[in-house]
Amino acid sequence: MHSNIFDRYLHNNSSIHRLAPQVKVVIAILFIFSNALLPDGDWLSFAISWAVILLLNWLARLNLGYTLKRSLIVLPFTLAAITALFSVPGKTLTIWQIGSLELILTDAGLIRFLSIIVRSWLSVQIAILLVATTKFPDLIHALEHLRLPKMLVTVIAFLYRYMSVLTDEVIRLMRARQARSAVLPGRNGGGSLLWRARTAGNMVGQLFLRSYERSDRIYHAMLSRGYSGHLRTLNQHELNINDWLIIALAFLLIAFLQLFAHSIG
Amino acid sequence: MHFSPILLHIPDGFLSTIVSLISWAITIAILSVAVKRTEKLDEKQVPLMGIMAAFIFAAQMINFPVAGGTSGHLLGGVLAAILLGPWAGMLVMTAVIGVQGLLLQDGGLLVMGANILNMGLLTAAIGFGLYKVGDGRKRTLKLGLAGLGAWLSVMAGALTTSLQLWLSGTARLDIVLPAMLGVHAVIGIGETLITVSALAFIFRTRPDLLDPAEGPARGGRGWIFVGAAISLFVLILSPLASSNPDGLERVAGDLGFLAQGKDAPFSILPDYTLPFLGEGAFSTIAAGIIGALVVAILVFFIIQSLRTAKKNA
Repeated sequence: MHSNIFDRYLHNNSSIHRLAPQVKVVIAILFIFSNALLPDGDWLSFAISWAVILLLNWLARLNLGYTLKRSLIVLPFTLAAITALFSVPGKTLTIWQIGSLELILTDAGLIRFLSIIVRSWLSVQIAILLVATTKFPDLIHALEHLRLPKMLVTVIAFLYRYMSVLTDEVIRLMRARQARSAVLPGRNGGGSLLWRARTAGNMVGQLFLRSYERSDRIYHAMLSRGYSGHLRTLNQHELNINDWLIIALAFLLIAFLQLFAHSIG
Repeated sequence: MHFSPILLHIPDGFLSTIVSLISWAITIAILSVAVKRTEKLDEKQVPLMGIMAAFIFAAQMINFPVAGGTSGHLLGGVLAAILLGPWAGMLVMTAVIGVQGLLLQDGGLLVMGANILNMGLLTAAIGFGLYKVGDGRKRTLKLGLAGLGAWLSVMAGALTTSLQLWLSGTARLDIVLPAMLGVHAVIGIGETLITVSALAFIFRTRPDLLDPAEGPARGGRGWIFVGAAISLFVLILSPLASSNPDGLERVAGDLGFLAQGKDAPFSILPDYTLPFLGEGAFSTIAAGIIGALVVAILVFFIIQSLRTAKKNA
């Protein structure tokens, strides 16, 4: 596994792909912020936001199925919001009795719950769109332009560069463990819980030592190539007037959407 | 393959704007200190931190089967802080959580401040603070403190996550808090087991890397207070809030909360109080202390088993 399985960038040549990464980061964050500000139950504004996302998807020539499939990643967390169903006062729909716990499902609670899910689902699609149309190294560089501390950006760049290397290392460790963990049919394998946990802990320790020693080698290799404390890039990503116009346009559109949402609600 | 070990990566949409922004403000304030402190170090530290971030990212994939298809995982905040010092540990965890959010959509962008605070900053502070108590003491005590810190770090993350969800009006405190704390009390044991055995392994093979005499990056004894303060916060607030959410709910009354159904379906100690001591605050605090004792005893036994394993080896 030498390709980066974590990379979500989809090669395409669209106007969205060509935008400067800083512009895309700024607009994505603005858009997610706008979702968070939309009032509960304002389905029309949610639909408008989704239409914009679909339009961007189309402009970026992305496969809609891909975005929708990836967006399911927020599903497990909806469990955490389920109590919103019972926490907002409103017209009672049904009452569930679980043990001594009385759960009153209200219409307002239902609207609140659905709004949270929709907001989350829209926001994650924006994030998916961002990483599918921006190469991650460019994204990291954009963070530097957005005044993130250089050191933190460098750490993130290293993390990105070496995560697949060390993930490969983990896969080798796990394969080695599996190869030594034969189980006879009808018997339980693999010792006590403590023993299994200690094996996992030893693997983490082993991975740490390999990583530590690797970082030493990497540092010396970098020094010999002229490393002086920060990473350089050939891609300057300077913003031109067009980029500023696009940011201004996005800002205006979002402001309009907010005005619209809050004036009818 | 699991990339996110625990249910603490909040996606966008689950926290209100104000809670997200306050969390970002706290996170940025702490991170700016962390960046200042680590910038003073030599340039070699930056590649090391980068590789260590990749190490934590990859180590989160290592699991061990527990029972019924579930498995134990590592979050790694405590391990990172002990191996690299508190400030560097925080930056490493920030990078990990940042990449999980940005690249894998594991956790949102607007709520990333909260995610970094819950899983990166609190865990590193509590873990390093408790570990620091064992400075110059026996290795057994150090491992025990690391294990206790690992459990508490997961609980601290679960506590703040529940509080943020509740303050955002996303979840009902009297249900989400006991549920989150109950689940993470178990998940935290996995964290403890892996952290302690990984440290024991490093003690056996490269004890020089765990030498505390390393200079400014390691942080002073002040961290003990930070660690103790967060531990107390977790040990006192979680039982209090679980057993008596009304007090907290009143504060957020204007957020439109109902206070009803006080029973906690998932808590280990019923309602986080001891029945024979009654319902008061004393009882809940005692329950918290007993919870901590249980972990301490557990850690003791792990270390015992590690030592016998060493003798046999």
